Amino acid sequence: MKLATLAALNAERAARRPAVLVSDIEGGGERLVKAAEAGGDPLAADVAEALRSGRAASVERDGKRHFLNPHLPPPRLLAVGAVHITQALAPMASIAGFDVVVLDPRTAFATPERFAGVRVVAEWPDEFLAREPLDAFTAVALVTHDPKIDDPALERALRAGCFYVGALGSRKTHAKRLERMTAKGFDETTLARIRAPIGLPIGAASPAEIAVAVLAEAVGALRRKPDVAAAAAA
Amino acid sequence: MAQESDDVLRAAQDWATAGRGVALATVVETWGSAPRPAGSHLAIDDSGNFLGSVSGGCVEGAVVEEAQQVIADGRARTLEFGVADETAWRVGLSCGGRIRVHVERLDT
Repeated sequence: MKLATLAALNAERAARRPAVLVSDIEGGGERLVKAAEAGGDPLAADVAEALRSGRAASVERDGKRHFLNPHLPPPRLLAVGAVHITQALAPMASIAGFDVVVLDPRTAFATPERFAGVRVVAEWPDEFLAREPLDAFTAVALVTHDPKIDDPALERALRAGCFYVGALGSRKTHAKRLERMTAKGFDETTLARIRAPIGLPIGAASPAEIAVAVLAEAVGALRRKPDVAAAAAA
Repeated sequence: MAQESDDVLRAAQDWATAGRGVALATVVETWGSAPRPAGSHLAIDDSGNFLGSVSGGCVEGAVVEEAQQVIADGRARTLEFGVADETAWRVGLSCGGRIRVHVERLDT
């Protein structure tokens, strides 16, 4: 393998852009196919499948064996609201392999003391997300209870095609949220992607238990709906 | 399996850029209950340092050894390990799976 190819792959990965390394195991040689260029590749269908499933596989085409190894960005979790639930959710999600960011403009909540070892950002969602945009490999959990903070993040999450969007609040709160989002021009199909009330229905009683329910729901969205990469590549 | 190979691929690049001889091992096929999925990486340098995993610890030793040859002569090799294989049994892949590992040199 050429060092230059590996360097190019690492650059794509660092930028959170999906790519597939296509290798000729028997004859030697490989090429890097970036997701944005996947349609023009001679093995376009196989590359698309690798991006969709996230699984490495060998295929035989025109009498040659090719090994396709997809590299998808690691899942991120953006927790909007540096609240009690998030204090349990952030470390658990880190252990589960998510890159975690906690976002809350309220400086009394978003303190490093409350979130040891986690990236905490004390900014408004529009400020932060303009700089570090959401993508299809990001899960968003909205837990502030405050539409001023939650809604701007929700809009961006829906537009970015985040693989998981969960919003805290009762059915009544959620009905109002849907009204506001409808007024913003979102259609029913898009709004149906919001998981609310947030978390799997396990009867969670404490903030930590709600965090378990949210994390499990996010993992389910990641692993059981493998069309994340396809959305990103589209 | 991009998530878990992050540091491995980065390390392989850094090692090679620093002038060390480097081989990259990749699981290209698995059968049965193989501990690591296809696409998993192990990076090896010419001093025998390694990072990553192709089997969760069962056959890494053998791969690291073979990688020294790959780094020396530049010829890529595909290794197969499984319970039916005496070598694999010796190196400890007793978990019931079989894996094929491709080992190639990083060339500048």
